Amino acid sequence: MSAQVEPAESAEHTRSAAAGNEGAPHRSLAARLVARVGSGAVQVLLILIALFWMVPTLGLLFSSLRSPQDNASSGWWTVFTEPAQLTLRNYAVLLDNPDFVSSFGNTVLITVPSTAIIVVVASLAAYAFAWLEFPGRDWLFLGVVGLLVVPIQVALVPISSLYGGTPLYGSIPAVVLFHVGFGLPFGIFLLRNFFAAIPRDLLEAARMDGGRELTIFRRVILPLGGPAIASLGIFQFLWVWNDLLVALVFAAEASQPMTVALQSEMRQFGANIDVISAGAFLSMVVPLLVFFAFQRYFVQGVMAGAVK
Amino acid sequence: MARVHLSGIGKTYPDGTSAVTGLDLDIAEGEFLVLVGPSGCGKTTALRMVAGLEEISSGTLTIGDRVVNRTPARDRDVAMVFQSYALYPHLSVRDNIAFGLQLRKLPKREIKQRVEDAAETLGLTEHLDRRPRNLSGGQRQRVAMGRAIVRQPQAFLMDEPLSNLDAKLRVQMRAEISRLQRDLAVTTVYVTHDQVEAMTLGDRVAVLKKGVLQQVAPPQELYDHPANLFVAGFIGSPAMNLLQGRLEADGSAARVELGGQSLAVPAALMAERPRLREYLGREVALGIRPEDMEDAELGTGDQDTLLTSTTDLVEALGPELLVHFQLPAPPVVTEDTKELARDAGAEGIDAAAPYSDVIARFSPRSRTGTGQPLRVRVDTGHLYFFDPATGDGIWGEPASATQQKEGTHA
Repeated sequence: MSAQVEPAESAEHTRSAAAGNEGAPHRSLAARLVARVGSGAVQVLLILIALFWMVPTLGLLFSSLRSPQDNASSGWWTVFTEPAQLTLRNYAVLLDNPDFVSSFGNTVLITVPSTAIIVVVASLAAYAFAWLEFPGRDWLFLGVVGLLVVPIQVALVPISSLYGGTPLYGSIPAVVLFHVGFGLPFGIFLLRNFFAAIPRDLLEAARMDGGRELTIFRRVILPLGGPAIASLGIFQFLWVWNDLLVALVFAAEASQPMTVALQSEMRQFGANIDVISAGAFLSMVVPLLVFFAFQRYFVQGVMAGAVK
Repeated sequence: MARVHLSGIGKTYPDGTSAVTGLDLDIAEGEFLVLVGPSGCGKTTALRMVAGLEEISSGTLTIGDRVVNRTPARDRDVAMVFQSYALYPHLSVRDNIAFGLQLRKLPKREIKQRVEDAAETLGLTEHLDRRPRNLSGGQRQRVAMGRAIVRQPQAFLMDEPLSNLDAKLRVQMRAEISRLQRDLAVTTVYVTHDQVEAMTLGDRVAVLKKGVLQQVAPPQELYDHPANLFVAGFIGSPAMNLLQGRLEADGSAARVELGGQSLAVPAALMAERPRLREYLGREVALGIRPEDMEDAELGTGDQDTLLTSTTDLVEALGPELLVHFQLPAPPVVTEDTKELARDAGAEGIDAAAPYSDVIARFSPRSRTGTGQPLRVRVDTGHLYFFDPATGDGIWGEPASATQQKEGTHA
């Protein structure tokens, strides 16, 4: 974001930053050096931690790029000394398997609608809970908060029997509906609290400017709620993408997502680690891409300059 | 531009508390009306009811020829400047100003033209593409003004728009708002707790106390002829000194006894305010403005316009001295003066105290100092008298005159 700031703006930033420093006591050269070294050390440490955290991911990636024989005989780190081991054969095998390809498609068909429905419905509901006056609003919201603590497991049996009499059972919409139902309370709760923190004056200004509720929602609340909505979207996407339990219970074989497919491919003692690791890496890459695509919406201080 | 008419407007909350009661105001086309009063007096609630942000519990609100009691804010065609400015942080200055026009689906060319005209008027042209967070307080305030004027509404509503600015900027913006309002001639209702803003900006000023209108009049009239103790004490800085005294006849003139001292009340003043005769031989609440007192050493005057005391404190402000001293007369204790004391942050008034604190505004040539004997000459032609029980001003006309005046205005 800051790279897009115009020159005039950045000049202003520098000036206000300078003004801000005037009040602080003047620091000696040594003190500033210590501070610089300190922040440098922190950065080095953070980079080390980040690298350490990436080790399993890299391990998975390299395992998926080695043949089953190599994986059986040596650890994945040997690729650093013998890069010739690297091969795309595992991925080729995986993509030749129509069951796996369709399970990837099923995962997308389950995750994208679930996330989209939750984000849309939760943000509309959150706006209503935060800013519209209607009878019973607070009781209803308390009800939503209460739903947060209902464990998913208690619903598995009742929902199964509900689905039982309908063509829904085993289908992709059945899984989507379940995810939406269990994702909404948290989504509404998160967004409602974020929207409620938007200064009332802003909404009233928009009302005075001639905005109807839907216009205010679209042109004031949504842009300001961006970070919260992006977080909800990312969390919901990850949660549904990685879900195994709900899919195991509600998805029939034709609609099973990748998690179920991978689990059923699993052989004893991880004997087929080559295929598993390739599949696992594929299933991991998409949420990562989603995260990186939306992370720019986590902008600090979007509210600055609104009031006072 | 339109006339804004409030008739018996009241606001009662569900818990039964009442913020505004029976507010009658008739604001003429193009008039600048200031609502002023201590915090919690209902002035902001009144403004928000006109804006449509607060439901009206009783009474009728007319803007132009329309009764708008049940019209939502967006359809009332009034613009509001918020105390917090309430700028849209995600929009540039240009889009902030244009927002209302965009929602009204005006042609793009016209929006651009109007926004640029407004920016020109307010000196914002070079900031149009910046975000609110990169603006100074004064610039944000201007953007808030721009958002209001660009819509060319029926009326402007301003809720303490200057209270977040520092003192110097406030003086400058005050003058700008005044100039802008006169140039555009848009009916304006302006809420403030700052009486200097009220006096300098308003064509007329309405003083509210606890949700009830006390007086509405042009600023000078409010200062010269306050309807009651509350208005008298609220308008003017430092505030009018209020003392318990006793009015005694003295031929065609009179004198007011303050403890052991007395002041002459000229015959001309008695003739001007015939109702004063009713109070001869009775207790009155006497008001003396600090600016109607002067150091007796700096001129000559009759002996019976002098008060003597001892200087407690001198505050030298440059062009004037504020001299604090005590007079041997009890302070005025009514509901009005208690409310004033609360607004000033005092704990209350001691009714039993035999002395009152008095502040006088002296010429800087005065040589008085702390602990020195003090002789004060009072401009007795400008004394104020109030009924000590009701707090109403004692003028020539019946007590309800101010209400009738409001009714016949415009």
